[in-house]
Amino acid sequence: MANVGELEALLRPPAMEMPDYPPKVITLASGERMVVRQVAREEVPFLLEAIYPLLLVERDFYDVVGARLYGELLAYKRYRVKDEYVLAGLIDGELAGMVNGRLVDNKTGMSYHTLTIRRGLRVGSHLFAAKMEYHIEHCGQEEVLIVAESPIGFRRWMIEYPLEKKFDVQHELGGVPSWVLPRDTYFAAKPRLVAGHRPVPDELLEKAETIVLPAQETVVRQVAGEKEGQR
Amino acid sequence: MRPVYIAGAGMTTFGRSEWSLIKLASVASLSALHHADLGEIPVDGVVVANMGAARVNKQTALGSALVDQLALHPAAAESVENGPASGASAFKVGVQAIASGMADVVLVTGVERMRVVNGLEGTDFVASLSHPEAEYIYGVTLPSLAGMFARLVMDRFGIERRHLAMVAIKNHENATKNPYAHIQQTITMEGILTLPEAAVNNPPIAEPLHLFDCCPVSDGAASVVLVSADVAAKLGGPRVLVAGIGQATDTHAVHEREDPTDLKAVRLASEKAFAMAGLAPSDIDVAELHDAFTILEIAESEAAGFFPRGEGHKALERGETALDGRLPINPSGGLKAKGHPVGATGVAHLVELTWQLRGEAGDRQVPAAAAGYACNFGGFGNNVVATVLKREAE
Repeated sequence: MANVGELEALLRPPAMEMPDYPPKVITLASGERMVVRQVAREEVPFLLEAIYPLLLVERDFYDVVGARLYGELLAYKRYRVKDEYVLAGLIDGELAGMVNGRLVDNKTGMSYHTLTIRRGLRVGSHLFAAKMEYHIEHCGQEEVLIVAESPIGFRRWMIEYPLEKKFDVQHELGGVPSWVLPRDTYFAAKPRLVAGHRPVPDELLEKAETIVLPAQETVVRQVAGEKEGQR
Repeated sequence: MRPVYIAGAGMTTFGRSEWSLIKLASVASLSALHHADLGEIPVDGVVVANMGAARVNKQTALGSALVDQLALHPAAAESVENGPASGASAFKVGVQAIASGMADVVLVTGVERMRVVNGLEGTDFVASLSHPEAEYIYGVTLPSLAGMFARLVMDRFGIERRHLAMVAIKNHENATKNPYAHIQQTITMEGILTLPEAAVNNPPIAEPLHLFDCCPVSDGAASVVLVSADVAAKLGGPRVLVAGIGQATDTHAVHEREDPTDLKAVRLASEKAFAMAGLAPSDIDVAELHDAFTILEIAESEAAGFFPRGEGHKALERGETALDGRLPINPSGGLKAKGHPVGATGVAHLVELTWQLRGEAGDRQVPAAAAGYACNFGGFGNNVVATVLKREAE
């Protein structure tokens, strides 16, 4: 019988070499500067804490996205998903949103989720674009498989880029017929949809080093679009 | 005509609501009735303004529904649909009822719950106000009409996108001082116009209009309580007189107008309202304009008579329309940031003016405001109601 270490090695998916995502900074409509950076495996518990209150928010499919993202990040933390990565958007260190995905192989990426906490400033659009940038420009992939779980996602990804149908492929998120962002479409959309500057100034990078979580009540209120004291 | 006063005003927060249509209307109504503090004085009539409930909420006869919900029987009940000018039209119906002597107390409530449908359906429902054969069947929407209008006006008068951005920035700033506003988020010129990121932050909707040139789609309700002079005297407290109301129409299809850049119905409605009030535009201390698109605030500010034609953007640039300017426009945040629940908007204008004239507008209070003007812009300028309110000494 194999010992625990050997068994664990069998349970873990094999890993590919993955490049780091170089952080960038984006000025939002509000004038605030959002740093987009990769989130290390050991930082995942912070993200899980932020997602947790959203599991019961039905609005705009936050419950479905939140529950799936929670599982994906947990699996990433505990080595139960192959070649996953997570990027976060941080405004003065405070978590504004996150995106994740994984590499299927050298040529194909699998986009998982985009979850925005700070709504109304196109944080989700910027983070999704950063995810595509990572797959195409940094990992050098040919295409990214994408589905949307909410009408908002459909508008943002399928229509705005625009994505192509690849319905013969079932996406990992629920087996939904997949859409795809090919490399050339990404570069065509890049001037309209991909923003940001590098290198990130030191003072901003320093602030973005530690993830600050908004209060749970604030997260739910922002996501649900409620005003303070109105429920 | 008997004089008519606004004795109370109230509204719900604007935004995206889980409340039913009638609950939204009820909460705003109760808030206005509480503000009016009528005591045992009965409500004679209820007028409800709404544009899309029959289509998006599957509910009609809202006046009757609200009377029942608030147990105001046997008050008379009316429902008014006049596109985006429904609110001010309903207000006019209420004013007429009191001015004619048919009623002493009328509750006017505007309500819309349009976030129950997706953006495409919402845009289509609002576009149904356009000319069916000349505009709608060709895919014309309100943003596209506004885009074409903006292009013409900007070319003619040298208005630049930065001027439109100034309107948006001002109104977003004002909305941060309004707890009822849909969007309470400041924006910057860099973030929406000048930095490279602005292309992503502020994408085109209908060129030259971009995302931050357009109002949000909102749910919400607003109410005012209108009373006769006799009732106003019994209630005491600050008196806000409905000094003037004017309404005017223009061709349904925008392209049939002699000069599509001339908001003729705004001009004529405003002239009537000022004439009835015995006031001039220069007498106005605060204005609420129908800035469903930023360009409309500039164009309406000229058509209403506050600035010469082609000069509105210059006044804006000089800061004259800022909260601390000579004529603060849209201290509430306007449709741009306070939000635009279509049928409620015209009433919400008058709620804001009432609070301003009573000195109850909190952090966005215009000092010593004594006269206010509102423009409720229906259709694409083909049916406009202008109102002038005046504070009277107690």
